[in-house]
Amino acid sequence: MKRVQFEHSPIPYLFVAPQIIIIVIFFLWPAGQAVYQSFLLEDAFGLSSRFVWFRNYSDTIFSRAWLQAFNFTIIFSMLVTFLSLGLALLLAVKANEVIRGASTYKTMLMWAYAIAPPVAGLMGNLMFNPLIGDLYSLMNAIGFDFDHKLQAADASFVVVLISVWKQVSVNFIFFLAGLQGIPKSVNEASILDCKSSFRRFWTITFPLLAPTTFFLMVINITYAFFETFGIIDTTTQGAPGGATTTLVFKVFQDGFRGADIGGSSAQSVVLMLLVLGLTVIQFRFIEKKVHY
Amino acid sequence: MKFLTLLTAGMMTAAIPAAAQTDIQWWHAMGGRLGEVVEEIAVKYNASQDTYNLVPTYKGGYEDTMTAGIAAFRAKQQPNIIQIFDAGAATIINAKGATIPVADLMANFNSADYIEGVRYFYADSDDKMIGMPFNASTPLLYFNKDILAEVGIDGPPATWEEFEAMAPKLKDAGYQALAQSHSPWIFSENFHSRHNLQLATSNNGYDSTDVKILYNNDAMKMHWGKVKEWLDADYYGFYGRAWGDNQDAFVQKKVAMWLGSSGSFGGLAKSAEFEFGAAELPYWKSVTDEPYGTFIGGAALFAMSGKPAEENAGVADFMAFLTSPEMQYFWHKETGYVPITNAAYELAKADGYYERTPDAEVGITQLTRRGGEWTKGYRLGFYVQIREVMYNQYENIFSGSSTVDEAFEAMEKESNALLDRFNASMN
Repeated sequence: MKRVQFEHSPIPYLFVAPQIIIIVIFFLWPAGQAVYQSFLLEDAFGLSSRFVWFRNYSDTIFSRAWLQAFNFTIIFSMLVTFLSLGLALLLAVKANEVIRGASTYKTMLMWAYAIAPPVAGLMGNLMFNPLIGDLYSLMNAIGFDFDHKLQAADASFVVVLISVWKQVSVNFIFFLAGLQGIPKSVNEASILDCKSSFRRFWTITFPLLAPTTFFLMVINITYAFFETFGIIDTTTQGAPGGATTTLVFKVFQDGFRGADIGGSSAQSVVLMLLVLGLTVIQFRFIEKKVHY
Repeated sequence: MKFLTLLTAGMMTAAIPAAAQTDIQWWHAMGGRLGEVVEEIAVKYNASQDTYNLVPTYKGGYEDTMTAGIAAFRAKQQPNIIQIFDAGAATIINAKGATIPVADLMANFNSADYIEGVRYFYADSDDKMIGMPFNASTPLLYFNKDILAEVGIDGPPATWEEFEAMAPKLKDAGYQALAQSHSPWIFSENFHSRHNLQLATSNNGYDSTDVKILYNNDAMKMHWGKVKEWLDADYYGFYGRAWGDNQDAFVQKKVAMWLGSSGSFGGLAKSAEFEFGAAELPYWKSVTDEPYGTFIGGAALFAMSGKPAEENAGVADFMAFLTSPEMQYFWHKETGYVPITNAAYELAKADGYYERTPDAEVGITQLTRRGGEWTKGYRLGFYVQIREVMYNQYENIFSGSSTVDEAFEAMEKESNALLDRFNASMN
């Protein structure tokens, strides 16, 4: 076999250069710094520094607070992902069937997309304020002994509710676009074959939406892991008893508030590996079931 | 071309007056009304002399300001003066070479000029002052005079025993008796000072970073057992960790008494639509017959190292200005923070300030009460994280997911692990 040699032009490299530079500056370089710092134990001002092998990692992984945050993060991201995907899918399917005033419905449902997580958090915090919050009063009025300042389950409910509410509209937009991308002829053909709209949805529509769902799942897990920081920070701040502390929030608490640079670097490296692993799993196992 | 030359010339002339003065950068954490007073201080200082130009910059909350200062120091872009809060004291003071002790920086510095309760907190183990206390506050009990009169209680409780006796009356009248805004500061750190109890080994941490926490003691467990009882009996209201949420409960007359800071006075005077008074932090008669003084909270100003000598001279000059009796009295009146020097206290007294507003003196009286072995303060590393541990465990006590004993054991274990890490980072 003779190798074919093509003339290389430098122009393609030029075109991808901006993207590469951005990745290097905003991802590779800081990530490298984090890995480097995670092996050092130093005072906050960087005046004394010592190489400590894996002490930062062992202090992290074996601490009760980190494990608590780890467990919460897993449960929290599962809940947020499935609830916001499920609700958005339901809303998208229903909104897609609406004929009169369709654009009004759709606009209203997309509304919350423009709201940043910290703003959603602040609004939620106000609504759940024990002194003036309407939702707080409502929860107690309908018989719950609701106290998110002290009860872990109630506090989790608050952060999940706000995180899902914020994310539903994003998912809704994608699902709606996905639904509209399904050819009419396929739907019409299926109506002839099957009377039950419920079955039609699960056998025809849902599989055709799979690429969208898969994409959204990846996006939503990342959202639940990282972007919900703004919601946690403006509502519970990890309370009560650390029950709503996510891993990202803990990195922030230890690194940015507590000035423990080595410890929080180790935590971010672990978090990075975790998300990396999760993404690999998603692409290796779940994507196989997706037909494009 | 001609235009450009003119422009450059214009810019240069414009820059001359500023260049003649040395800029002094001051990063602080005083927002809202307090931030305005800081700006006023800068204006007053800049008007008082021509050599230096003080530039205050608001950097967010206490933790944000400390983080900004640390990041700036590591990038060699540090300001001249940085405001660091009590929980960050160990971080900055143990970083030898990050700051210049104010006792060295200022000419004719004499720590005896400072009020007893203020003098030691930001000092090293030889009582040499490293940071200059700036917004010095102490926990106080605020009480709603209208509610107490309505229920027929003469005055605020001096001891927790008295509090326990009056709480049921308040409850019957439809009020929660008490809320408080900072359980690590009020119900832990100052609790130890008020009863003269040791809170950490190595002289409360002043002598060494190799230190163990002593919060897991009988007096603390007794106190928290009581607080939990009060919570269950609805004598005590818990409105979350946030300072303001608990203060709001007091302002909205849900609770009759609130433990806050002496620095809260100004804000309360504006927001409360009822007559309120301030009293000293209650103590347990069963623990000590007579209460001891508390130590200051709030924050101090630190002169950062690695700056040119003329800027350091400016920092010293400003610190002298700031600690002058007139400025201290101004700060005291505007904010409710206590004056830090004896001379300023005397000036306020001579001016008749405390006859007009007796509540303003309570904080100083409390700070100058008899000192004991354990009333100087504490010096504990990673204390921001330790406070987080404390908050978590107190919430566990409140929610009932831990018993008092379990919570304090967990607190001791986790705090000591953090202190051990901090110690390792210093050696």
